[in-house]
Amino acid sequence: MASDDNPILEVKGLKVGIEGTSILKGIDLIIPKGEIHAIMGRNGSGKTTTANVIMGHPAYEIEDGEMFLDGESLQDMEPWERSREGVFLSFQYPQSVPGLQVGNFLRKSVSSVRGEEAARGSEFREKLTNAMEELDIPKSFLSRYVNDGFSGGEKKRFEILQLMLLQPRLAVLDETDSGLDIDGIRTVSKGINSAVRGTENGALIITHYSRILEHVNPDRVHIMIGGKIVASGGPSLANLLEDNGYDWLEEQVENGVDFE
Amino acid sequence: MIGDNEAREAVGDYKAGWHDPENATIRFDFGLSEKVVRDISELKNEPEWMTEIRVKAYRHFIERPMPTWGNTKELMEINFDKVCYFLRSSDQTGSSWEDVPDDIRNTFDRLGIPEAEQKWLSGVTAQYESETVYHSIREDLEKQGVIFLDMDSGLRDHEEVVKKYFGSVIPYSDNKFSALNTAVWSGGSFIYVPKGVHVEMPVQAYFRINAKNMGQFERTLIIADEGSSIHYVEGCTAPTYSTDSLHSAVVELLALPGAHIRYTTVQNWSNNVYNLVTKRGVAHENAKIEWVDGNIGSKLTMKYPAVILKGEGAHAEVISVAYAGNGQHQDAGAKVHHMASNTTSNILSKSISKDGGRGSYRGMAKVMPKAENCRLNIVCDALILDEESRQDTYPTMEVGNPTAHCEHEASVSKVGDEQLFYLMSRGHTEAEALGMIVNGFFEPFTRELPMEYAVELNKLMSLEMEGSIG
Repeated sequence: MASDDNPILEVKGLKVGIEGTSILKGIDLIIPKGEIHAIMGRNGSGKTTTANVIMGHPAYEIEDGEMFLDGESLQDMEPWERSREGVFLSFQYPQSVPGLQVGNFLRKSVSSVRGEEAARGSEFREKLTNAMEELDIPKSFLSRYVNDGFSGGEKKRFEILQLMLLQPRLAVLDETDSGLDIDGIRTVSKGINSAVRGTENGALIITHYSRILEHVNPDRVHIMIGGKIVASGGPSLANLLEDNGYDWLEEQVENGVDFE
Repeated sequence: MIGDNEAREAVGDYKAGWHDPENATIRFDFGLSEKVVRDISELKNEPEWMTEIRVKAYRHFIERPMPTWGNTKELMEINFDKVCYFLRSSDQTGSSWEDVPDDIRNTFDRLGIPEAEQKWLSGVTAQYESETVYHSIREDLEKQGVIFLDMDSGLRDHEEVVKKYFGSVIPYSDNKFSALNTAVWSGGSFIYVPKGVHVEMPVQAYFRINAKNMGQFERTLIIADEGSSIHYVEGCTAPTYSTDSLHSAVVELLALPGAHIRYTTVQNWSNNVYNLVTKRGVAHENAKIEWVDGNIGSKLTMKYPAVILKGEGAHAEVISVAYAGNGQHQDAGAKVHHMASNTTSNILSKSISKDGGRGSYRGMAKVMPKAENCRLNIVCDALILDEESRQDTYPTMEVGNPTAHCEHEASVSKVGDEQLFYLMSRGHTEAEALGMIVNGFFEPFTRELPMEYAVELNKLMSLEMEGSIG
């Protein structure tokens, strides 16, 4: 049941497969209000699947387990319903929509997610201008087509621009740092911080590397291996992993080391 | 008139599908004969030369076989004996909407024509069945010598001009349907823009079929004199009936040296209308002809707007979109003939099919041996929305001069699941997401339309996307 004590996100015993292959083998995860968590893991460990399943990607099959946003089950919700309830996914590979203008798309999305009022008038324009300034996005961007011909860095900054305007309850960021240089990482981190820090909202950052975590200081770090979260701990866990590598960590887990 | 709810029930998603009671003042019996052709001409008090052209065209129509290409199966199903070839619904052409019979005026009100006229048009004609029921042009344009009349009045008031140009671009013998149109034509627009006059705001013609089994055969002739310019916009709708109607127009454009004609069509016939139209323009030296052609409705459309680049430095632009839904076939495309040197052409065709609809691009680009340094650019893109639907491309290029520079690109794509998921993750339902993708795909066309038309087209396509998602 929904109550004030509920965490933003609660994932319980989640098992997920696609086309008969099981990928997630029992995930438990709780993100309390106002917290930023990180999931780190190698390619193929199930990180992107976790992100997609939280957003409701129709290709995945939920074999077992449950997900709750503010205590409400997400199970039967379509992706757009989840979005309207406050879930946001920053895509690793954002899709292009030729002919759909960025400005028009942003207004429509804000209207769908936060209501028509939020997409109207000077307040929307002001928010948009400020967010674009913060992310170093030029005005001319608004008349381009969604992700059409964008560079890798532009795509990622556009995802964060949407995050800042949609003001979700839970932002899931799937490898937002990949393909970005140091300045790019600093810029998108600024965006993530301004969208989440100082609010009751939460975020889940999915990444290979600890670099983005230096700019967005996570409250908790989870390590995913083979479709399971094998270790969880404070922000220092990311540094330990960076210094010693995944093989070392796997060994430690096998030896029963607790990183809390 | 029937109530809104009743109308909606009867027509489903097609918003213009209601019909009025038929209050014909003159209605011909079904079927076509030489007598019908002569009767139409007599009724209109036409000069003898016109009657003679009509009769010749009729004879040609009878002898000429059906095209053996395009959708031959659908074409063979047209029953020419079950068509009404002439229906007069008002005894006069009003120059004020007050003069138009109430039920007809209501129809055009519902289609938003008087409103559009006040806001953004230089002139309007409204054709209902066979004839124009309303006509007006802004006074300042009239003073500059711009002629904008329905074709019947054009023939009456400017016989010599009509005699000179009628059939000069599209002779009746061009094809079976140009012969049919020439035999029984009625209504359409006659426009003359004098030398150097620029008509800044578009003029619009609206074509409405109301009666069952109706045949509408308007005939349009636009002459833009040296250095002048005009933008002509036409829209068309019809009620939804279980029996078929036939729309077969002929449009001839003449752009004299340095003139610029833009001809914009948004065709949204109901899905029981055969739309078999011949459109062609001749561009003289340094003239420019643009066809902006949107085909959304109809049962079968066969239409290939053409430009003959006759004078050096002339330019052709054909931008078209087609949407084929359930039970629809849009066989559309473009033709350009480069007859002179240094002529250029751009063809952009965008086609969408959905729910078993069928879209075909059929194009012909020709460069004559004597035409040096021509440039041609052809792009056709197709988007298929489901497994049942179909897209075909039939491009033909005949390049008779080695200095020509030709580019041709074609693509067929499907809407991707990842693309839909991306948009849905931003709060948009599947239908809304599909609407965004489809309207984006049509955007290169939509941005060429007057704003009011662009908004309408976007709404229309969004509505179409809502239809089939379960």
